[in-house]
Amino acid sequence: MKLLIKNGMVIDPGQKFESRADVLVVDGKIAEVKPGIAAAGAQVIEASGKMVVPGLIDIHTHLREPGHEEAETIASGTRAAAHGGITTILCMPNTHPPIDNAPAVEFILLKAQKEGIVNVFPIGCVTKGSMGEELAEIGVLKRTGVVAISDDGNPVMNSQVMRRALQYAKMFKLPVISHCEDRNLTKNGVMNAGYTSTSLGLRGIPRQGEEVMVSRDIMLAELTGGFLHIAHVSTAGSVDLIRQAKKKNIQVTAETCPHYFTLTDDVVKNYDTNTKMSPPLRGAADVAAIKEGLRDGTIDCICTDHAPHTEEGKNKEYDLAPFGIIGLETMLGLVVTELIETKVLSWSEAIAKMTILPATLFNLAGRGTFKIGYHADITIIDPKKEYAYTAADFKSKSKNSPFIGRVLRGFPEITIVGGTVVWPAPMKP
Amino acid sequence: MFNHKDLLDLEHLDKKEIELILETAKPFKSMFTRSIKKVPTLRGKTVVNLFYEPSTRTRTSFEIASKRLSADVVNVAVANSSVVKGESLIDTGKVLEAMKADFIIIRHSLAGAPAILARNLNARIINAGDGFHEHPTQGLLDMYTILEKKKRIAGLKVLLVGDILHSRVAKSNIWALKKMGADVRVVGPPTLIPPAIEDFGVKVFYDLDEALKDVDVINILRIQLERQQDNLFPSVHEYVALYQMNGDRLRLAKHDVLIMHPGPMNRGIEISSEVADSAAAVINEQVTNGIAVRMAVLYLLSGQKDKI
Repeated sequence: MKLLIKNGMVIDPGQKFESRADVLVVDGKIAEVKPGIAAAGAQVIEASGKMVVPGLIDIHTHLREPGHEEAETIASGTRAAAHGGITTILCMPNTHPPIDNAPAVEFILLKAQKEGIVNVFPIGCVTKGSMGEELAEIGVLKRTGVVAISDDGNPVMNSQVMRRALQYAKMFKLPVISHCEDRNLTKNGVMNAGYTSTSLGLRGIPRQGEEVMVSRDIMLAELTGGFLHIAHVSTAGSVDLIRQAKKKNIQVTAETCPHYFTLTDDVVKNYDTNTKMSPPLRGAADVAAIKEGLRDGTIDCICTDHAPHTEEGKNKEYDLAPFGIIGLETMLGLVVTELIETKVLSWSEAIAKMTILPATLFNLAGRGTFKIGYHADITIIDPKKEYAYTAADFKSKSKNSPFIGRVLRGFPEITIVGGTVVWPAPMKP
Repeated sequence: MFNHKDLLDLEHLDKKEIELILETAKPFKSMFTRSIKKVPTLRGKTVVNLFYEPSTRTRTSFEIASKRLSADVVNVAVANSSVVKGESLIDTGKVLEAMKADFIIIRHSLAGAPAILARNLNARIINAGDGFHEHPTQGLLDMYTILEKKKRIAGLKVLLVGDILHSRVAKSNIWALKKMGADVRVVGPPTLIPPAIEDFGVKVFYDLDEALKDVDVINILRIQLERQQDNLFPSVHEYVALYQMNGDRLRLAKHDVLIMHPGPMNRGIEISSEVADSAAAVINEQVTNGIAVRMAVLYLLSGQKDKI
């Protein structure tokens, strides 16, 4: 089986490669990257005028299976990923039941193999049941296949538990992904605290609700030498804390999501619950600081925090609606439109944050770059194509996106996983 | 002239529209002293009072206002309704619409509930207080009362006292007062002052004695005693010491100061009986004016062109 992608602009930050070239795939692996490859009998994809990049990796997805299959399944979530140009997802363990034991991890892996169309790597719980009290069997989870641990959705409120998690997971080189939120400070809050929350009469969440925990976790990373990864950075203060920690060579990495560099809390103004997520949308100064953090490398990865919720779940009073928005299908378009076209990041810098950097931080062997022999996970992007999604366009079972109708550029035209085209393709539900 | 489907807040009304409502309320109020206090304006229209929170004064006021306009009024007691069986707000609204409700007057403990109904229904929605957001008809009746007593609003100094953070009355007052050109002050402990309130153009005070100097109107907000559990203030005893509007404080104020309270009052807590029953207090007139203002709102929203 040979596949030849011809005449595209290949952007592979992992190899510091950015040039017009062909990419040859043989038996699901990268065989050669250079201009003018001739391969007899190969299926040919003409990619002139397109960007050819290593398959995008989303390190923060909620697949909802098991437990909330009405919102998303491994089958639907991986199709949404393929539709968004994403070839690998790391799925969060806050399912029902949570992924805190080996059989649960095996369930995800098996389901992904049977019904998924992109690569799925599970993240395991830090604590049993994500309750924040007793450590989960981190070593067993690691052996079964988790690539990180996190109680995402919840913070590990007890500092001693977080300390032990960072300390213990160090021996497996497992990153501990921290959902930084001081629940006492954020209690009952539903949006960023500020002018808009006051005018809407909604309870505010102060930035410090995140930043207090970012600073605590950085201190614990320094204490333990563990691998700390800060999830969904949303405030200027967090960016600054992480920047200072990196200067002190503390082992900390960070991610943010497209909504935090695109939207501010004023979009909440019609009580649209598709603007409700945790952490909440912040102010313009935070958006600017997030962009600066992406630019100077303080923020390593861009991810989705894809959090599907049903229509009936979301179409209700703002206080009662659950936190979270979907993101798999809009990440690439928002990165291109909001970061690349505005010159915050170059193509290479932006693609790195969705390919080689996540692959390296989470030890995803054989992925994230076009090395000979690596898995042929490839995303082909039409950089110029303008498009806007309706709710019906999303492959995700859930439609809770604040970006419906928003004009995007940078279209994921073809998604290839292990040498097989998964989008566009006959996509079973 | 008044081109709105719903009345959800005062934030999105302009000065002219507020003035129109206040002007329209005047003839309705003059009607109250007649032997027949009723006009046929809304004959054949159905008004539903959908109250998710207990309320005596606002619900009764809307009911009387509707009846004086000859509308048919239905009160939905939420505690006995399908809501307790788990029906969603939108579905409840759709049921009422299917029963051909022309107006739904909603009181809800959560901000934005009226906006959600307005978005999902064709019926006209009037916000009778939603969470910590707004209570627009209260704001309007406060404007009416101030205007009636002081003959103007522009240039007056108006002080709001107490729990600004959780007060929808404060929010609606601030919007209306600012639009009408008043100089607005708020006073309360920092824990009960909402974020970024200065950006609404109000001046923040912590000391009541200092704040009430030279003001023309003092609007005292109800303090909810359960706030103390969230450590927003240490005790009722301390709140009374720092923020109760009492006789001594009244004597620090201008001699012609107007004392207002949206009710229901906690006598002896945020307001002493001496003040509540003083000549400066217009608390009962606020209630009377509330009916006239609500009649004006119903009338204007109904889009009737004929003269009252």
